[in-house]
Amino acid sequence: METVLYLAHVQHDGTLPRVALETLTAAGEISKNLSTSFVIGLVGGDLKKAEAQVRGSGASKMFGVQGEEFSHSRYSSDILAVEALVRKANATVILVPATSRFARVLPGAAVRLNGRIDTHVSGIKVTGGKLEIQRWYYRQRLVSTFSRAVRPWFLLVDSGIFPTWEGKGASIPMEILKVDLSDSANKTEVLGFESPSSSTQTIRPDAKLLFVAGAGWTKKQGDGKTHPKEAEAIILGFLSKTQASLGSSKSLVDQSSEGEPVLGFMSHLNQVGQTGSTPRHPKGLSTCCHGEEPHVVGWRFINERRAVNLDPNCGWAQGKTDVLYVADAFQVMTKVNELLNS
Amino acid sequence: MSSGFHIVVCGSLVPDPLQTLEPIQGPQGPALKNEAMLPVILDPWAGHALYEAAHLAKNNSGSKVWLVSLGPKAKLQQLMMTIAQKAPFELVVLDGPASGFVDAFEVAQALASAIEKIPGLDKTKLLLFGGCASASRDAGVTVQMVGERLGISNQFLAVDKLEVQGDGSLKILERIEGGQYQISRCAGAPAVFAWATGNLPEPPNNPQVGMMNMRTIMPALQKAQPVQISTNDISFSNVEVPKQLRKTRVVKDVPVDQIAREIVEWIKG
Ligand SMILES: Cc1cc2nc3c(=O)[nH]c(=O)nc-3n(C[C@H](O)[C@H](O)[C@H](O)COP(=O)(O)OP(=O)(O)OC[C@H]3O[C@@H](n4cnc5c(N)ncnc54)[C@H](O)[C@@H]3O)c2cc1C
Repeated sequence: METVLYLAHVQHDGTLPRVALETLTAAGEISKNLSTSFVIGLVGGDLKKAEAQVRGSGASKMFGVQGEEFSHSRYSSDILAVEALVRKANATVILVPATSRFARVLPGAAVRLNGRIDTHVSGIKVTGGKLEIQRWYYRQRLVSTFSRAVRPWFLLVDSGIFPTWEGKGASIPMEILKVDLSDSANKTEVLGFESPSSSTQTIRPDAKLLFVAGAGWTKKQGDGKTHPKEAEAIILGFLSKTQASLGSSKSLVDQSSEGEPVLGFMSHLNQVGQTGSTPRHPKGLSTCCHGEEPHVVGWRFINERRAVNLDPNCGWAQGKTDVLYVADAFQVMTKVNELLNS
Repeated sequence: MSSGFHIVVCGSLVPDPLQTLEPIQGPQGPALKNEAMLPVILDPWAGHALYEAAHLAKNNSGSKVWLVSLGPKAKLQQLMMTIAQKAPFELVVLDGPASGFVDAFEVAQALASAIEKIPGLDKTKLLLFGGCASASRDAGVTVQMVGERLGISNQFLAVDKLEVQGDGSLKILERIEGGQYQISRCAGAPAVFAWATGNLPEPPNNPQVGMMNMRTIMPALQKAQPVQISTNDISFSNVEVPKQLRKTRVVKDVPVDQIAREIVEWIKG
């Protein structure tokens, strides 16, 4: 029989991130389908708020690794916390929210515990008592379903797959595990956080809409000139009104290193696609972007899609969007902004 | 300040992203149709790692760069014709599959044992580099697993910037949630860096660098040992190309005002 461990860390404010609450729902469902119970393992500076958030989840036990040393996202200390929790729970299946912190440390933890790990898990089911997962290969081009024999099996679950756990009902006591850090664990020190070059926060993972700007925004237009300042104003105006998340094509963010006109608030972090991100949003609007395959693979998890492009034969026209508006994005988005203002 | 780094970059080949991929059932599990014939490129994020490694080595005298690649020897040889001109490195080849379906755990084991055997590698100076995820498996786990096997507990994932400070310590910017960076300081080598895009453009081809590299690349390819990578642990029940074509409605010759109204309604709806 499987022993399921749900492992999560708290954020700086002491709460669990949304993806952790989604993975908690997964832990409850999967344990039920495997006819087993599950154990909670938490890591962080102070676990009080998280304890309240996991109330009523149906977990049979709860363990924590807590303290100032564990408030930071750092491999050397996180691996000791994870190792202690997995050993204590004697876990065979470990469900983990896909956060940057756990994406860094869990692969090493799997090696240390002689287990196996799968990341970007986009589906989990139990068939005939056997756990099977779904994940994508070749950057969202092929999808596969499989199971593994080796345990412990670590599963990093992507966000947007399971509903968020609401934290109602009874709480269970938490046993705090003592984990000692050697001096070498302190060779790395977390200094802080920084936004990329721009002062504008444009990446909003929880936004309903992804707005993608392509290289067309900085290309010569009908009058033979480029209009980067106008493009910036239109895009920023749209973002502030809609609170959409800003994505980019590779060509647009590469331009800064190639000395071409750039949009100041764009960086490689905005890039969507093969060598960029694959965000999850209910809707996506692409503008001045050609819709080539290496870009569109990043749209795998965007449900409703629309595109504005001057070229009726652009990539989007090849069945990649629901609606393609063949029009000038400068004009369309200026008007959209006006309508949003009124 | 430092007496140089020993930078080992793990990176291999992936199919050109413009290719259409079709899954088939091979003798060892899932594979790609015509896999041996598909044009390949250097795995993009591993490529960024290699260029960052070359740059770091150039600015820190006494440094050296190795590229450790697990892949089919003949394909690696083709790839080297372009990559060898980009940056100076010494190649270490493991002749085996570069398929996305092989298990990262086994790949990491093979890479770590090859790194352990590199003659003259000083582990106290070791910076282990690689991509933050491959374009094949896209797991984002291999570099950390190699690091763990080599006993390195200072690891950084999705790195865009690595700066050597005046005191020899390293300042690192890693991508985290919401388009933010986490800034860390690491006392020094050994450490692991799984790179995102970094800050450098792809270097232009330099035939002189190519000639110099080829002197060690050809012998490395010739003496490459075959490695067995199994996927026995995994039972695939299905691999498929998802249905992806939408019925695109093309809206043409329609006034801008009407398009804008439609978009606003859709956004608000
Ligand atoms: C290994 C590899 C990895 C890659 N990874 C990525 C990736 O992660 N992400 C990515 O995006 N790309 C990636 N690419 C590049 C990709 O193939 C395309 O080159 C890129 O997406 C093109 O960007 P674009 O559409 O913005 O620019 P362009 O191809 O230059 O297209 C600009 C578009 O703007 C339109 N346009 C111009 N003016 C207007 C206007 N006024 N109104 C409306 N439309 C207008 C034009 O019609 C055109 O379609 C990768 C390529 C390779 C080889």
